[in-house]
Amino acid sequence: MEFSEHIKTANVEDVVLKLPFQPPMRGTLCVTGHHLLFSDRAEEREWQLLLLLRNIDAVEKSVENLLGYPQHPKAGQSQRTTGSSGTIIIKCKDLRILQLDIPGMEECLNIASSIEALSSLESITEMYPFFHRPRELSLNDPWGLSSPEQDYVQTERLWDRWRLSKVNSDFSVCPSYPGAMIVPRTVDDDALVKAARFRQGGRFPVLCYCHHRNSMVIMRCSQPMTGANRKRCREDELLLQAVIDESELGYVIDTRSAQQAQQARMTGGGFESKSFYRPWRRIHRHMERGKVLQESLIKLVEACGDPSHNMDRWLSKLENSKWLSHVHSALSTAGLVAECVERDGHSVLVHGSDGTDTTLLVTSLAQVILDPASRTFRGFLQLLEREWVQAGHPFQQRCARSAHSHARLRQECPSFVLLLDCMWQIWRQFPLALEFSEALLLRLAQEAYASDYGTFLCNNEQERCTLGVKENTHCLFQFLLRCSEREKYINPLYEPTELAIWPSVQPQSLQLWTGLFLRWTEHAETMAEAREEIWTIIKEHRERTGAEETTHTPPTHRDTFTAVENLMDELTIL
Amino acid sequence: IEAIRNTVEQVKLLDRFSNKSTTGTLHLTATHLIFVESNATSILHHHIASVEKLSLTTSGCPLLIQCRNFRVVHFVVPRERDCHDVYSSLLRLLRPVSYDELYAFSYNPKQNEQQRDEGWQLIDLGAEFERMGVPCDQWQLTDVNRDYKVCETYPRDLYVPITASKPIIVGSSKFRSKGRFPVLTYFYQERKAAVCRCSQPLSGFSARCLEDEHMLQAISKANHNNRYVYVMDTRPKLNALANRAAGKGYENEDNYSNIRFQFVGIENIHVMRSSLQKLLEVVGTRSLSVMDYLVGLENSGWLRHIKAIVDAAIFLTKAVTVEGASVLVHCSDGWDRTAQVCSLGALLMDPYYRTIKGFMVLIEKDWISFGHKFADRCDQLDGDPKEVSPIFTQFLECVWQLTEQFPQAFQFSEWFLIQIHEHIHSCQFGNFLGNSQRQREELQLKERTYSLWDHLLSEQQLYLNPVYSPSFAETHPVLEPSTQPWNFKFWRNMYHQFDRSMHPRQSILKNTVMLKENSKELESTVRELQAKLQKFGVSTSPLELHSQQKEQAQEDTPVGSGEERTVEGSSATENGYGEIKGSFGSKSEPAIVSLEFGVARMTC
Repeated sequence: MEFSEHIKTANVEDVVLKLPFQPPMRGTLCVTGHHLLFSDRAEEREWQLLLLLRNIDAVEKSVENLLGYPQHPKAGQSQRTTGSSGTIIIKCKDLRILQLDIPGMEECLNIASSIEALSSLESITEMYPFFHRPRELSLNDPWGLSSPEQDYVQTERLWDRWRLSKVNSDFSVCPSYPGAMIVPRTVDDDALVKAARFRQGGRFPVLCYCHHRNSMVIMRCSQPMTGANRKRCREDELLLQAVIDESELGYVIDTRSAQQAQQARMTGGGFESKSFYRPWRRIHRHMERGKVLQESLIKLVEACGDPSHNMDRWLSKLENSKWLSHVHSALSTAGLVAECVERDGHSVLVHGSDGTDTTLLVTSLAQVILDPASRTFRGFLQLLEREWVQAGHPFQQRCARSAHSHARLRQECPSFVLLLDCMWQIWRQFPLALEFSEALLLRLAQEAYASDYGTFLCNNEQERCTLGVKENTHCLFQFLLRCSEREKYINPLYEPTELAIWPSVQPQSLQLWTGLFLRWTEHAETMAEAREEIWTIIKEHRERTGAEETTHTPPTHRDTFTAVENLMDELTIL
Repeated sequence: IEAIRNTVEQVKLLDRFSNKSTTGTLHLTATHLIFVESNATSILHHHIASVEKLSLTTSGCPLLIQCRNFRVVHFVVPRERDCHDVYSSLLRLLRPVSYDELYAFSYNPKQNEQQRDEGWQLIDLGAEFERMGVPCDQWQLTDVNRDYKVCETYPRDLYVPITASKPIIVGSSKFRSKGRFPVLTYFYQERKAAVCRCSQPLSGFSARCLEDEHMLQAISKANHNNRYVYVMDTRPKLNALANRAAGKGYENEDNYSNIRFQFVGIENIHVMRSSLQKLLEVVGTRSLSVMDYLVGLENSGWLRHIKAIVDAAIFLTKAVTVEGASVLVHCSDGWDRTAQVCSLGALLMDPYYRTIKGFMVLIEKDWISFGHKFADRCDQLDGDPKEVSPIFTQFLECVWQLTEQFPQAFQFSEWFLIQIHEHIHSCQFGNFLGNSQRQREELQLKERTYSLWDHLLSEQQLYLNPVYSPSFAETHPVLEPSTQPWNFKFWRNMYHQFDRSMHPRQSILKNTVMLKENSKELESTVRELQAKLQKFGVSTSPLELHSQQKEQAQEDTPVGSGEERTVEGSSATENGYGEIKGSFGSKSEPAIVSLEFGVARMTC
């Protein structure tokens, strides 16, 4: 295999590994095609560290050679000059930083260059998901949780006014859309093709959510290509008109500022003008994207790694990163969309420019606010699959590098991390409303950047089909839903509610997601203990109320109690 | 008692952060301002810090009331004359000039005299020193201040090294500001190290006092493990230097043997007062942006001050527990920063103070008995506004910051801290009235008022921390908090305790407490039932019982109320995401007031 040409030194003995807040460990380091392995000398059976090379964001090396150059480069390990050694600092995409002290300058340089080369392989089929073959999983297991077809068949309230279109089954109409989409019944495939030509990247308006209370919908698309001379497209206009009745109103939530939308016309883009899209009102909500967001993440992570204990410095760095402002604008735009649908009873169309980042962020958060189904474990994963994976969020480009990388920024952008952060904020405010815990969000944050599974590979469904991702890798979502995994990510306090959950977006209500950004700090431990304790209390309570059998629907405790009380009254009468 | 009664109808109460308002009736009684709509909001006059009449609007005359417990209410009274009546009555009422006017002297919880006495006897500082192992072979109780002759702001009972004779004490007290000579406040038994407190020496540029030097030597001699005594001056060095010009200052290391002198740089009461003011201004802004919030948080300096206090307490703790050295703590007068650092240090060193009872003892010892000037600092009587400062609030916040870092270490939850904060201003109980023990005795508080501790203990169920683990105390007798800046957070539940829209909509704390309580109840009920069944000679397996319960439970499940579309006070309008014109401003929100307990509970 070609991996071997990148590996000059596969094994080094006597390496010291320093993990944050742990005593240094001495053992053997080993580089393979996809992993960095470290095993403690004392207990050789047990891997102390198994790090996916893909998870490595940056490598910093420094070598020291106290006694001059080694005499014979070819000399074996035993004859190594005692004075030379090197240190490699590895910065991971999951924000962990570890240090390796390696005896032997040459070994150190070899290891570092192997890591650098192997961690940035571009070929997707050479990535680890294509090689990951755990014994308990089979490639014949179902891949993915749902498809647009299934969604359509299962949602009866759609059948009347919406249809499933397979116009994109060969991905020719829109390369970043899946093969099937839900569109208004009255619009035929030809019109869709024409509308697609009028939208950037062919992303014409499609349905993403139909509200269970009032059948109002959330749709998404990319910007219309009106250009400087205000081009029109009848089919696009009709498509949107078909969504709402004559008398009704709809809202277009544009995730760019009005000024940005105007400027987009110069490069062929634009916005829906009032005169041509009569029943639609446009609201601009500026959200940052792309490079700005990536730089924000980089600054935030840098601030979190600042060793100084100075309060003012920390606050000004936090403020400087602007990360929490992005959290704020994402949540409040999603809140606005949800407000339009639930309280105002109008349908909403969301887009920015490409319709692959902020658009998805807003539509998926709005669904979590509105839809109890997307707050369950399975439902949330389905939401991610539908609104991010199938909807063509370019994971491969966005998550190529993370906050530590020194490489020049290309298409990187932490949109997905921002979504997870917003989910965390919602969980903080509604700790009972989500069936999953913070641990799931953390796991997803890690998996999006480096994974054993194929779910987040590629940029869209078309690429996945071409590369045979579904045939040759395992599905993360299916794996997480297995009982043994599921248990780790369940929120013990979950009590389903049918109501919409409106997060507060006051700055005082938003917090830094310490679980992610300060994940590798010393006090994570005491917090984990406290969480454990809460678990114990709940378990005890479940045992007493005899509710273990029905974990899915925690009983209303009061009722159980009154039941006991009634029983007691009966007895007294007896 | 002169009963002022005033009722105004059709008064609007505006929400501070949204456009919501409720209409109700405003009542003014001798002790409270009460607003009644579907439920009543009552504000104790003592809590009101300021009343402001704003300029007339079309809907009426706005009245802005700011409270010391961080409640801000905005009324709109339809008629200007009514507004003025309420305004001027409040002005008269909220500035009591004598102690007799305070609520504590009229408050009557329907207890008899014996119960009242028992309430006051709950906390016994003599017993507390015994618990620490004092008196012992090195430390003794001195009667030098029996009649408040040596220091009138100290308590009667004081503990000093056995080698500190009366002349030394008296001499030392004359060399210390306000006569506050070095005395023991905490004894770390394990290392026989002492935490002592005092005020600044009257050293000026060169003055010396042999008795004071002897006093410090006596403290040094009382510790066989480590002869060095750390002297912590909790002020910034600049402030201490400036004090020298006024004939005060700090210890000269050359004159005292075996001391290690250290400044720790906590700012004075004036800086703290304006810092909190800035903080409250920032967080009180409507539609505040994230950036402005963070900039404001930084500019207020509040969290920097909180961190400085915690840093000092950690320094103290390390000196005592790691080095086994005794420490003498002082600031200027030794009743503000000194109290903060000594009490917080003791809290870090001794798990007892992290229990509900222990925390009361700690406050009683380091704050009440050693003469933190609660009356002045909390503005209980109409006094000098320059004396007002949130020193005790800061202490409570430091404790809260620690509870956030060590969720299992404290028996109490934040509601306990918030409730205590409520009562330093409420003047409903006698504990915090006055500035010193001597003054409290003169006021005969134990005969004329009730003790807060008794009241809080009677409802301690509300303040329990569900995840408190006594075994955590065994494994972590000394807390070692991290001082990374991100561990210091804005205490929303304190400073926004009445701003419902900002609270988490569901609370883990509340829920866990409820589960735990229900579990307990259920268990005892099951036991009772089983006992009864046995009496009747019926034997049922627990399983049957469960199935019966479930059937019953299903019947009882209330039909989902379709109209209510909010979760615990969460609603879209409150948050104001939108800019959609006039489409749903008129829809009324279901009024659900289900605040966290302990908060917003009426004080009567």
